Amino acid sequence: MLDKQSRGALLDPLVDDNPIAKQVLGICSALAVTTLLQPSLVMCLAVTAVLVASNVSISLIRQWIPSSIRIIVQLTIISSLVILTDQVLKAYAYGVSRQLSVFVGLIITNCILMGRAEAFAMQNGPKASFFDAIGNGAGYSLILLIVAALREFFGAGSLFGVRILPLAADGGWYVPNGLMVLSPAAFFLIGGIVWAVRTWKPAQVEIERVVHIEELPHDTSHRDGADRRAA
Amino acid sequence: MAESRRDTPLYTIGFAALVCIVCALPIAWAAVSLRPRQELNARIDRLEKVLGVAGFMEPGESLTAEQVEARFAEAIVPRAIDLSTGAAVDTIDVATYDQRKAMKDPALSVPAPENAARVVSLPRVAVVYEVRRGDSLQAIVLPIQGYGLWSTMYGYIALAGDARTVNGITFYEHGETAGLGGEIENPRWQAKWVGRRALDDTGAVQLQVIKGAAGPPADDPYRVDGLSGATITGRGVTSTLDFWLGANAFGPYLARVRAGGN
Repeated sequence: MLDKQSRGALLDPLVDDNPIAKQVLGICSALAVTTLLQPSLVMCLAVTAVLVASNVSISLIRQWIPSSIRIIVQLTIISSLVILTDQVLKAYAYGVSRQLSVFVGLIITNCILMGRAEAFAMQNGPKASFFDAIGNGAGYSLILLIVAALREFFGAGSLFGVRILPLAADGGWYVPNGLMVLSPAAFFLIGGIVWAVRTWKPAQVEIERVVHIEELPHDTSHRDGADRRAA
Repeated sequence: MAESRRDTPLYTIGFAALVCIVCALPIAWAAVSLRPRQELNARIDRLEKVLGVAGFMEPGESLTAEQVEARFAEAIVPRAIDLSTGAAVDTIDVATYDQRKAMKDPALSVPAPENAARVVSLPRVAVVYEVRRGDSLQAIVLPIQGYGLWSTMYGYIALAGDARTVNGITFYEHGETAGLGGEIENPRWQAKWVGRRALDDTGAVQLQVIKGAAGPPADDPYRVDGLSGATITGRGVTSTLDFWLGANAFGPYLARVRAGGN
């Protein structure tokens, strides 16, 4: 069995500290790739793979990273991993990599990666960071796949490209919901999910509080605490 | 924790350099070792698109790389033509000629006249794919490219032997929004092009992507259904056709084909 820290790092991001619903990170890709399930699934796998590799490698060298350049070091590692992922997809999954086009490269700008590197991997060992990455990747994937399933179902009448609702255009009865293929639909769906989760778990509701910059802890070891100050 | 040593400028610079080297190695390795595979993928993909648009491959049909090469060699003859005159060029090896690279090479291209498809330069020599049965030209496949909403869309259009009627259209590379403009890849939309007329009897390009639905090809030959939510992409497709089938690009070649002189 896992020790308590790893277990928490693995399970918390699923609902209690979900990167999208609670931390509100990674929204850009959640809007962009979720019109269909298949590219969303590949995106989830790619983000999780990069997140695991970046969290573990940053955690391994965390004691040697000079604090003045830690962000750029994290970014260098993350972008190298993303380029690597993109190259591998182009060589071994050409069709999917074409479908995702620029969004694989845009994993670099996915705030979840920087967020987890800075908030978790810089303070914790490689094992805990590994589970934190798996947990956050799964939390991200959970929301992405829910949103993609709803958008593909109502927007195209299919799931994973398999026709479920016969389209009116092909002689069936279902007229696809045009809003679902547009990015705002993901906003509404994610907003709805955030609302539902916070109704279920009222502890997630942020208490409005003015935080002065000087009050924030300067020591990086408390950064994770600052990140979760409202929880 | 050697906090003080970690923050000296020398250590910081050294650490940054080390990170760069360590990160660069796997990327360099991947870029070099995976390149042949990626190029093969891209080439097979292009051949498949040409086969598909010319009607030699069904949508969803999956073939191995060797089968694709074999079917292509059997059905299709690539030919290099001089864009300004439309005449065939023998001095270029079509198997190795890279038209997209040539467009970027000032020695092999000319600046394009201003156009709505935002094509900057025209290659002097372009590759067309001809489908022949005996002596008669059955179909021609032309490479096209133009700017949509966010990106340059690369594709092929297949015309029947009359050099007017559309046999098919396809796009193999673009960065349009998935689910909206990205639907230019959708075979069901591409199927709506078949049988429409790209050029009228005077040789002027008439076909355009409209907003909303067009009639059946027989009654409404010069218009194609728009993609909902992708007006600008559709407009880009129209200007792409307008440019590439027009007098500045494949116009002279198409005129030759119509005159039967090719």
